[in-house]
Amino acid sequence: MFKFLKRLRSSKQESTSQAEPELVAEPPVVAEQAASPVIESPVKPLEPAKVPLPEPEVHAEAAEPEPEPEAKAPEPASAAASEVEPELVAVELPKRSLGTGIRSLFSENFDVDDLEDILILADFGVETAEEITNQLKSVAQKQGASSDAELRLLLKDLLVERLSRNDSSLNLDDGKLPYVILVVGVNGAGKTTTIGKLARWLKDGDWEVVLGAADTFRAAAVEQLATWAERSGARLVKPAKEGADPAAVAYQTVELAIQAEADIAIIDTAGRLQNKKDLMDELGKIRRAVEKQAKISEVLLVIDATNGQNAMSQAKAFAEVAEVTGIVMTKLDGTAKGGILYALQKELDLPIKLVGVGEQVNDFAFFSPEEFAKGLVARK
Amino acid sequence: MFGNLSDRLSDTFKNLRGKGRLSDSDIDATLRDIRRALLEADVALEVVKDFIAAIRERALGDEVSKALNPAQQVVQVVNEELTKILGTENHKLQFAKSPPTVIMLAGLQGSGKTTLAGKLAKWLKDQNQTPILVAADLQRPNAVTQLQVLGEKVGVPVFSPEPGNGVGDPVDVAKKAIAHAKKSQFSVVIVDTAGRLGVDEEMMQQAIGIRDAVSPDEVLFVVDSMLGQDAVNVAKAFKDGVGVTGVVLTKLDGDSRGGAALSVANVTGAPILFSSTGEGLDAFEPFYPDRMASRILDMGDVISLIEQAQRTFDQEESQKLADKIANEEFTLQDFLEQMQQLRKMGNMKNLLGMLPGAGKMKQQLEDFDESEISRTEAIIRSMTPVERNMPRVLNGSRRLRIAKGSGTSVNEVNQLVNRFEQAAKVMKTMSKGGMPNIPGTNPVQMGGSVGGGYIGGKKKDKKKKGSKSGNPAKRAAENQGLSFNAQSETKSGSAFGIQN
Repeated sequence: MFKFLKRLRSSKQESTSQAEPELVAEPPVVAEQAASPVIESPVKPLEPAKVPLPEPEVHAEAAEPEPEPEAKAPEPASAAASEVEPELVAVELPKRSLGTGIRSLFSENFDVDDLEDILILADFGVETAEEITNQLKSVAQKQGASSDAELRLLLKDLLVERLSRNDSSLNLDDGKLPYVILVVGVNGAGKTTTIGKLARWLKDGDWEVVLGAADTFRAAAVEQLATWAERSGARLVKPAKEGADPAAVAYQTVELAIQAEADIAIIDTAGRLQNKKDLMDELGKIRRAVEKQAKISEVLLVIDATNGQNAMSQAKAFAEVAEVTGIVMTKLDGTAKGGILYALQKELDLPIKLVGVGEQVNDFAFFSPEEFAKGLVARK
Repeated sequence: MFGNLSDRLSDTFKNLRGKGRLSDSDIDATLRDIRRALLEADVALEVVKDFIAAIRERALGDEVSKALNPAQQVVQVVNEELTKILGTENHKLQFAKSPPTVIMLAGLQGSGKTTLAGKLAKWLKDQNQTPILVAADLQRPNAVTQLQVLGEKVGVPVFSPEPGNGVGDPVDVAKKAIAHAKKSQFSVVIVDTAGRLGVDEEMMQQAIGIRDAVSPDEVLFVVDSMLGQDAVNVAKAFKDGVGVTGVVLTKLDGDSRGGAALSVANVTGAPILFSSTGEGLDAFEPFYPDRMASRILDMGDVISLIEQAQRTFDQEESQKLADKIANEEFTLQDFLEQMQQLRKMGNMKNLLGMLPGAGKMKQQLEDFDESEISRTEAIIRSMTPVERNMPRVLNGSRRLRIAKGSGTSVNEVNQLVNRFEQAAKVMKTMSKGGMPNIPGTNPVQMGGSVGGGYIGGKKKDKKKKGSKSGNPAKRAAENQGLSFNAQSETKSGSAFGIQN
């Protein structure tokens, strides 16, 4: 699975360096939040090898999939001397999978002639459905595949091949802490729930998480996120009052994350329909507010799998305004198949990164083309 | 990316022009286009199939083949069939003979039930009902709080004995709510329920429990207008589960074509009662089937556009402006203000896209540069009040200063001034009663739009004013070889002239 770099925390309290002011606010939930900055040449701390690890398998692999670390070295060197590089550790997130969340496309035997309609029904879109069907037909003919099992396998392989890409991990591996994730999307797509699940997941992996309730518009959105923060043991930055400037909340969130030496800050934003110009422009402002203090690692666009072809319009608009880096498909556990994700990846070149497959806090996983395609062609 | 139906049909029909009859293959080609357009608008496949079959039957009949213009007749038929499924009139909410009337809301997660509950409560209150909201969504974190906040905003009491977040029994809450409403003599009870998937049997059973506890007069199925093919499954599940007496479409202020409306109406057989069109608690209105038909077909939604304009443009301001134009007192300052007003309506591309036939100019729309407007604004803002009010004082050195001040070139300043003068002339003629001509508008569109246009006679004037703001786009338009007038009028919302 994917490896990420986070701050190494030792259980014993180490005194913080004099450059760093002692933290005032301790998180209510985590008692032993010991910051352990090490004063050293900034080039070294990224060596995972010197890190005493609970997970022993990281050594060898960690350096490889992440080419960034060495590229990053010169930067801190020139940065202010007071900057203390945190010691990093390469970790995985606890295992989560789509499980049985995806429902099969086929209620009966696979008939190639029905495939186009079946794909249309799964929201793949007319064009994509035609294309996949034609492709499958020609491959099947070449290979002489005609049995139900053979066709299912072919379709699975075809989908896996087309859906796999190498940027579907989360960008949490360049070691520039805290990572900042901005979560955007239309109303009701499941942003807040997604954040709740993600926060819990990271917490389970022992990450320090700060949540920012920058949805200052919808009634009780802040309270909703607060409940999730409580459930996942993350800190929360709330707006001073309802209708406060979301950019200010975003700024404070990052500020707290830096102060508290958190690994990651996740900022919730108000749902907005993609054709509302003013609201979309607001996202730009939020971005700029965040970028004053930290770089944005991910802008995740949350898309409801029950949405049809409009998801394309959503993704286009958000990609343009908010510079989306990845897509989260939610509500894939229903009868909706979310076939539009295929077209989203193809046409907009945006990776699907995460999927939500239920209401429970653990119903959340990395998008796996293999699991997804397997689910779609499964025999009931 | 996706061409829309009007694009496709106009292409298909180009070949048919002048033909007295449509051949079978003509009809097949047309139907294929319609099928595709409907699918791209997220109308469910099974509904599309039935629909196409119905159209084919009618298209082969005398009605079409003997028509003077068979091509247009086909569009007419499509529109009629769409409207037939969507319902021909707007239905009213069923009130109980003896109050309280009980309305239960049901739907998927995130379809907008809680927000809708607030809007519905406000709407009912404005009609002198005494509604009470019931917080029976005890599932989603802080759904109860959300309803309480909404209730407070619209001044409607909220019955919320349980805190939610997984605590409490919604059936029990619903039961108590009815007793409470009877005792306290509320006239309408609105029961908000948790979002649920159609396939979640446990949750569906719970919904049935709530229904049986409150015996509602209306079970409103709240549907996100962006719903895709799954709309059919979801609608079936809710129809067979909790039962549906009416449908509410939400998020219609987005740019989805809303094919789900067709699927849901077809599957449930229940009328679509309301549509929810924005985040404000007032953004709630009866459902108009004919407008929805146009929207699905992408024939433009002129009436909506007019209404949107109406909301944005201040009536009095507009009158003042109309007078100014007539008296040749229209200045660059007014121009600037108009532009800002128009901007309030949102993204120009989207505005233009709402007009019938706008699909044809999709490319131009795509290329339309919003920043052009910002530059124009900058130029005007760099002028002194005197210059804004009397553009003729603009001599060479003033123009140079303005160009420097706005970060543009003298050439651009010149262009703006020239365009402004031309436009002022055009507007003057129009304001003196000259109607912009309406070339090539097809009968179906007219059917949909003329009424609205008339109702909005006043608005049309405003629109003309608005068209000034088209000016800044002129250069961009010209660059693309597009006639300025067409573009500006489009923007102005009068929609006419865009066709050619």
